[in-house]
Formats: sequence, structure tokens, C-alpha cells
Amino acid sequence: MTDFVLILVTGLGLGALYFLAASGLSIIYGLMGVLNFAHGAFMMAGSYAGFLTMGALPASLSVAARLAMAVLVALVVGAVIGFVVEVVLIRPLYRHHIQQVLVTVGLSLASVAAAQGIWGADPRTVEKPEWMASTTMLLGARLPNDRFLFIVVALAVFLGLQALLHYTRLGLIIRAGVENRTMVEALGINVHRTFTIVFALGGSAAALAGLLYSQYAGTVSPAQGGSLLIYAFIVVVIGGMGSLVGTAVAAVAVGLVQQLANFYAASGVGDLSVVLLLALVLLLRPTSMKGAHA
Amino acid sequence: MRTAVSLKALPAIIVLAVLAYLPYVPIEVPGLLPGRVNGPGSLQLLATCLVIAGIALSYDVIFGRTGLLSFGHALFVAAGSYLLTISLSNWALPLPVAILVSLGVTTLLALVVGGIALRVGGIAFAMVTLAFAQAASIIVMRNAGGLTGGEEGKSLNRDAVPQLLVGVANAPYRYWLALGFVVVAFVVVTLLVRSRAGHAMAAVRENEARAAVLGFDTYRVKLLAIIVGAVLGGLGGIVHALVLGGSNPHVTTTEFTLALLIMVVLGGAGSMWGALLGGFLYHYADARLVELSGAGFLDALPDVVQQVLSEPLFILGLFFIIIVYFAPAGLTGLGGRLIRRGRAT
Repeated sequence: MTDFVLILVTGLGLGALYFLAASGLSIIYGLMGVLNFAHGAFMMAGSYAGFLTMGALPASLSVAARLAMAVLVALVVGAVIGFVVEVVLIRPLYRHHIQQVLVTVGLSLASVAAAQGIWGADPRTVEKPEWMASTTMLLGARLPNDRFLFIVVALAVFLGLQALLHYTRLGLIIRAGVENRTMVEALGINVHRTFTIVFALGGSAAALAGLLYSQYAGTVSPAQGGSLLIYAFIVVVIGGMGSLVGTAVAAVAVGLVQQLANFYAASGVGDLSVVLLLALVLLLRPTSMKGAHA
Repeated sequence: MRTAVSLKALPAIIVLAVLAYLPYVPIEVPGLLPGRVNGPGSLQLLATCLVIAGIALSYDVIFGRTGLLSFGHALFVAAGSYLLTISLSNWALPLPVAILVSLGVTTLLALVVGGIALRVGGIAFAMVTLAFAQAASIIVMRNAGGLTGGEEGKSLNRDAVPQLLVGVANAPYRYWLALGFVVVAFVVVTLLVRSRAGHAMAAVRENEARAAVLGFDTYRVKLLAIIVGAVLGGLGGIVHALVLGGSNPHVTTTEFTLALLIMVVLGGAGSMWGALLGGFLYHYADARLVELSGAGFLDALPDVVQQVLSEPLFILGLFFIIIVYFAPAGLTGLGGRLIRRGRAT
């Protein structure tokens, strides 16, 4: 039972990270049809921005305070990078979906290589606040506190995005754009500006995911974003591309399935069962791929 | 008619003759190759470049010819490579049987994976193929059943292959083997493109709905493209394992498929020479740029810039982005455009 609670909470925590990584990807895909391979690079940028900020701040500040600053910096860096990438790289290739994928592939390769050149390929240890490294007793299980933090952050981002989508004019345009972009353009709304905002938002979410994932792993490395990206892709596909609620459900399902299978079957089975889950969803509901309401 | 065909084949024959003669050329090309052209280091590098070029050509059947954005081609290459090394070492099969087993299983794999993935189209197809390839990569990396050797890779059982292909002194034979694979791939793809099926693939690429209305069974056409690409890719994996003396887990990764995509676009998608040139140049640049950057002409730059520039993938990634913007038809398309412009003036 205690094992089960631990696996459950860890799975939920991991699912929370997957959701953070996938949410931006899903909205970008739903609205713009861009499969953003550079999302992994955004995550990497976030984790390194956080790592460098924490190193640059005076050591007299507590680790938690520095981590909070790091989160802020990562959010800004992610937004700026998302903004620049959309304006400089994606916009000229509007309506050329394959070329957009190719450009983001090139960008992710080049930026991971650049990070390797600057900071080295080896993982570097990140500082962790004492509270996050310790555990809480719950239902007889020792639960690492950082899992709860991930869940809370992901919930906050989920609710924030839902509020944005449902209670603001921008959200209205995004939802309408996911449904039928041509119609929104025909109504005289500047969809391009929305694209840029969505990319910047997605960049922020990705940077946050990258930073928290580096806290989860205890290290930062250039390749980290790429490994998280694969699961984010799987989550987006299972959740129905462009649907935020679907993405949230899929992220939790993937995190739980992975952890449970890894624990109760054998290490490594979890990763495989996630892929099996994807194949199953596709075979039973191929229409889920077409995207749904945001 | 016959002379026209042979004239068209002339460039290919000349290139083939030059490449086949390289092991007899004892010249040093400073900077370009490590040591003499016919030294083992150079020949090994050229052989690997050729194998990668052939694998890029096999991917082009799926991506460039049929317009399917597959992110799972590494799966088939890895299947060929690992099935060969495993059936030689663990199942003690003789080489010809091992090759047949590898190709047979790869074909079956293509049938299953392609059959499932083709239920969806476009970007979703890309994701499903990515997921399957990722699953295979996980299996290989975790060293399932102690068969694959995990991250170390799996070395070739040297007693099971002809002695001509083993050892430093026999590098020319491995080079010719790689060249032979490229010729086979070239001939198969040329025949395919000229056949009825090849025309159907082009029709699907240009406008799938129209091809369907014209009465083509587009599902079967696409599946055929995947199977042909997979068998050639599996053959490439087999030759790769023979040339490099083992299976490298790198060929299972998503990065490898992305690299294939970059090679094909770099050279020119949907063109024979484009995919070959792209694959050859990409692997060559990947292997040689590190040494070029250490050559000394970067010393004036700050350390950080030097470190970044010494990452081959950084330069290749940037170059790739530039190609996508300014030369969508790739290097061969660019060359063709320049030649035509030269004739016009």
C-alpha cells in the first residue's frame, strides 16, 4: 500500500511535468498546425536559465528564494525565445507545415549542440531547496515534497490557461482559431499576432517545465529537453492535438502508467507501455488525432 | 532511344568508376581526409559516408518520393543492423541466412508498423512512427534479454563473416561493399521510380485526394513505399554493421531519423543524387568538422565561440535552416538552377 501511494504521487508529479511540457505544444499545434520540435530547446533554455540564475545570485540568499527568482527568469527567457523564434523563423514559412517542422528540427539540433559547446555535454548538479529534497509522511508512505510542488504548479498553469482560454478575448480568438482559422481570418482578426503570443506562452510553459524537470532529475544537461519532448509528443497525440483538457488527462495517464508499469512489471516496461497506450488509442480512436476544442 | 538511355546513365557510371578506383589512389589530400586516400582511415570514413548516403536514399523513397513525413526510419535501419549481429552471435546462423532473416523480419516490421501508422495521415503519421521507433530504441538501450548490448552496442561476431571483411588491412573490401550497397539502392530506386508504382507514389505525394479519385489504392501505394524504403534501410543497417564491425545504438535513436531527414532535405528531396549527396556530405561533415575547427584558423575568436563552432551539429543545423529558407530544392536543386541560369545567359 505504501509503495502504491508513493508510485501514485510520483506518477502524478511526473504527469504534471509532462502536462507543463505538452500544454504549449498542444495549443501551438492546435492553433497553428506547427509541430514544434524546438520545444525541447525551449525546455533546455529554461533549465539553463534557471541554473545560471541560481549560480549568479549571492549565496547568502536561501536556495528557495533563488529558485523563485530562477523560475521568473526562466519564464521570461522562454517567452522571449518563443517570441523571437515565431517572428524570425516560423512566420516566413506560414502555411508551409513541413518546412516549419524542418526549421524547428534544425533549430533544436543547433541549439542543443550550442549548449553542449558552451556548458559541456555532462550533466551538472542543481541546487535543491531543503524543503523539496525532504519527505512528508502521508498514509504511511514517505513522499518527496517536490512531487507536490510539481502537481500544484501544473494545476495552477492548467487553471490559468483555462481561464485565459475561456474568459478573455485572446482566449476566444485562440479557441476560434483552433476550430476554424480561415473563418477567424475572414472576420478581420489579426491571427498572426495571436500566433506570436501563443508561441511566447508556449515558450514560457516549456521553460518552466524544463526548469522543474531539472529539479526533479537533480541535474541539468543539454539532452534533457529532448527526452522530455518525446513524452510530451506522446501526451499531445493521446490527448487529441489542440485540446488542453485532453492533454491534462493524457499527461496524468501517461505519468501513472509509466510509473506503475516500471514498478510492478520491470524497469523499462513503463516506457514501452506508454508507447503501447499510444498505439492503442490510435487504433481505437483515430479521430482523436484531428484535434478538438481547446 | 538506347543511346539516349546510356548517355543518361553516363554520369552515374563515371562517378561509380571513380569511386571504385579510389582504393588504388595513394595521394594525400591534406585537410579533407585523414592520411592517404587509400589508407584504412580514409577508406573507413568514405565507406561509412557511402552507407549513410544509401540509407538516406532509402528514406527518400518514403519522404521525398511519396511525401510521407516518417520519423521512424531509424527503426528499420536498426532492425537490419541488430538482427544481423544478434543472429550471427546469439543464434549462430551462417551469414547468408542471417542476412535473409534480418531482411525478412525488417519487411514484416515495416508491414506491421506501416499498416498501423498509415491509419492516420500527415503530422499524426509522423508522431506514430516516432513512437514506434522510440519503443525500439528503448528496447535496445535497456539491453532486453541481454541481446542488444545496451548503450555499449553489439559487436559483430568476426568468426562468422568472411575474413575479407575483417581487419584494418581489408578496409578496401569494406569500402567496395558499401559502394555495392549504394549501387543496389540506386538501381532499385531508379527502377521503382520508373515503374507504375513509382508514378502512383508521385501522384500520392502531389495530391493524395486526386490520386484516390483516379482509382489508386493510396493506402497500398503508401505501404509499398514504406516497405521498399524499409527493406533498403534494413539492408543499409546490415552493411553498416558489417562496415563498422557491430551495431551502434545511435542508429536506433530519433536523432538518427532526424539526421536522415536533414540529409535528404539538404541534398534535395525526391532526387536520386540529392539524397545520396546529402547523406554523404552530412556524415562527412559530422565526422570531419571537429578536426577542421581544430585547424587553428579559429584561434583569434573567444573560447566560447570556438567551443560552439567545434560542434558539428551546430554548423549543420544552421546550414540546414538556411537551406530550408533559401534553397528549398536542396543542394542539387540549387546546382541545377545555377546551371540553367548559366545556359540562359
